[in-house]
Amino acid sequence: MATTVTHLKAQLGAAAPASRATQDAPWVRWSLIGVALVFLGFFLVLPLAAVFTEALRKGIALYFQSFTDADTLAAVRLTFLTAAIAVPANVVFGVAAAWCITKFNFKGKSLLITLIDLPFAVSPVISGLIYVLVFGLQGWLGPYLDAGTHPWLGDWLNQQDIKVIFAVPGIVLATIFVTFPFVARELIPLMQAQGTDEEYAAITLGASGWQTFRRVTLPNIKWGLFYGVILCNARAMGEFGAVSVVSGHIRGETNTMPLQVEILYNEYNFVAAFAVSSLLAMLAMVTLVLKSLIEWRYAQSRATHD
Amino acid sequence: MSSVRSSRSVLPGFGLSLGFTLAYLGLIVLVPLLAAFIRTSEMSWADFVTAVASPRVLASYKLSFGASFLAALVNSFFGLIVAWVLVRYSFFGKRVVDALVDLPFALPTAVAGIALTAIYANNGWVGGWMEPVWTAAVAKLDAWMPWASWKDWLGLKIAFDRPGVFIALTFIGLPFVVRTLQPVLEELEPELEEASASLGANRWQTITRVIFPELLPALITGFAMAFARALGEYGSVVFIAGNMPMHSEITPLLIITKLEQYDYHGATAIAVVMLVSSFCLLLLINLLQKWSRRHHRV
Repeated sequence: MATTVTHLKAQLGAAAPASRATQDAPWVRWSLIGVALVFLGFFLVLPLAAVFTEALRKGIALYFQSFTDADTLAAVRLTFLTAAIAVPANVVFGVAAAWCITKFNFKGKSLLITLIDLPFAVSPVISGLIYVLVFGLQGWLGPYLDAGTHPWLGDWLNQQDIKVIFAVPGIVLATIFVTFPFVARELIPLMQAQGTDEEYAAITLGASGWQTFRRVTLPNIKWGLFYGVILCNARAMGEFGAVSVVSGHIRGETNTMPLQVEILYNEYNFVAAFAVSSLLAMLAMVTLVLKSLIEWRYAQSRATHD
Repeated sequence: MSSVRSSRSVLPGFGLSLGFTLAYLGLIVLVPLLAAFIRTSEMSWADFVTAVASPRVLASYKLSFGASFLAALVNSFFGLIVAWVLVRYSFFGKRVVDALVDLPFALPTAVAGIALTAIYANNGWVGGWMEPVWTAAVAKLDAWMPWASWKDWLGLKIAFDRPGVFIALTFIGLPFVVRTLQPVLEELEPELEEASASLGANRWQTITRVIFPELLPALITGFAMAFARALGEYGSVVFIAGNMPMHSEITPLLIITKLEQYDYHGATAIAVVMLVSSFCLLLLINLLQKWSRRHHRV
C-alpha cells in the first residue's frame, strides 16, 4: 500500500512542472490574497464597521432616540419621496431608450448611447449647478418664476406655489440627472444580446405592440430591469453633491438623509449623524446583497441555457 | 433577415420611444448642460481667465488632478491584485469579498466621508497610530530636503489634510479597476499560459510578458474611469480634507464656495473647465474600450 502511494506521488511529481508553470506557488497565492484582503479591509470593511460603532457609541437608547427627531424624520420622508419619483421616471426612460436603440436601426445610434452615459461623466456638484443656472433666480427660467418681471406667469406660478431651486422639485430634478443612465445602460446590452426574433414572432402571431412588450419583452428583461432599479435607487437615496447645491438646506423641508447627515455632523451631533448614516449603510448592504443574488441567478440561468 | 432589418420595421413604437428618449434626454441632460456653456460665453475673455486661473483655483486643480491621479494609480496596483485573487484563487469568504468590492458604488458619499474621517482622524482606529508616524516621516523628509517643501506637498496630518483627500478618492475609485479587469481575466485562455510555459518561460516571464500585455488595455481603462470619477468627487472629500484654501481645497468645493458667494459666473467658468476635462476623459475611455475590444478579438 505504502509503495503504491509513493509510486503515485512520484508520478504526480513528474506531472507537477506543467501545472507549476501555469499556477502560482502557494506562498505567492497566500501573500497576494493577504495583500488584497488587507487593502480591502482598510478601505471597505473599516469604514462600514466605523459607521455602526460610532452610531452605537453612546448606547442603543441614544441611537434610537436619533430617529425621533422631527427634522430627521422629514429627511427620511423626503429621501423616499425623491427616489419614488426619480426611479420610476428613469425606468420609463430606460425602457423607451433601450427599446428604440435595440429594436430598430437609425442614424446616430452610437452618439445617442454616448449621450445617455454623459451624466456619469459630470461631477455631482456640476449636476446641481446646471439646474441652478436654468431655474435659479439668475437663471434662464428664473425671471419667469419671479413674479416681478413677468406678472402674468409669475402670479400664476406663485399661486401654484411652484419653486424649483431650494425646493423639492430641484432636488428631484438633480437626482433624476445623476441617476439618468442606470436603467438604460443595464437594458441596452441585455436587449441587444436578445435580438428581436421573439418580438417578431409575437407580432406575426397577431399580438399587439403592448401585448408583445408585456408578455414577451418584459419577462426577458425583468432581472436586468430590477438590477438597474436597485442601483438607480441606491444612488437616488444617497446622492449628496448635486442635491446639496440645489437644496438650500432648509431644515425639515429640503434636507434629504445625506444632507441631514452633514448638518448633524457639522453640529458635532456625531451619534445622530452616524445613526442616520447607519440607515444609509444598511441600504447599501441590502443593495449589494440583491445585486449579488441577481448576478448569481443570471449566471445560473446562463449555465442552464448553455 | 435583411428586409426585416431595413428602416421599416414590423415592430411598433419606434417613433414614440425615440421621440420620448430624445425629449427626455434633451430636457434633463442636454439643455441644462448647454446652459453652463452659454452662461460662460457671456463672460469676457479676461473675466473668464481671472475666474479659471486665479492662484486659489490653480492650486485646487493641482490638488484635484494630482490626488486623483495618485489615487487611480494606487487603485490600479491593488485593483490588479484584487481582481487576480478573485478570479484565480479560491478562499473562504470569496463571494462576500467580491460583493463588497462594489460598496463604494452603493454607500452614499457623505456616509463614506464621515466614516473615513472617523477612522483616519488622530483619535481614530488607524489615524491614532498612523498620524504620528506620518508627521515624523514628513518632518524628517523636510529636514533632509528643505528645498522640496514636503510639508506643503504631503501635509503633516492624515485626516483634515492632503492625505485625507487621497484616501477618500482611493475609496470611491476602488471598484473601477477591479470590475474592468475581472471579465478580461476570466476570458483569458489558459492555453496562452501553457504555451508560454511549454516554450520555457518561467512563471514571472509568463506573467509579465504574456498575461500583463493582455490586461493592459482594461487596466488603463479602469485607471481612466477611477481618475475621472475622483476628479468630480465631492461628498466623501469635503469631510476629510480640512478644506484649507490653497492647500487642501478640491475644485468641486471651490465651485460650491463661489455659488455661495453668488458668483455664478465664476462657478460656471470653473465648471466648464471641469466639464471639458471630463468629456475628454470620456472620449479617451471610449477609444480605449474600442482598442481593448479589438485587441481581444485578434
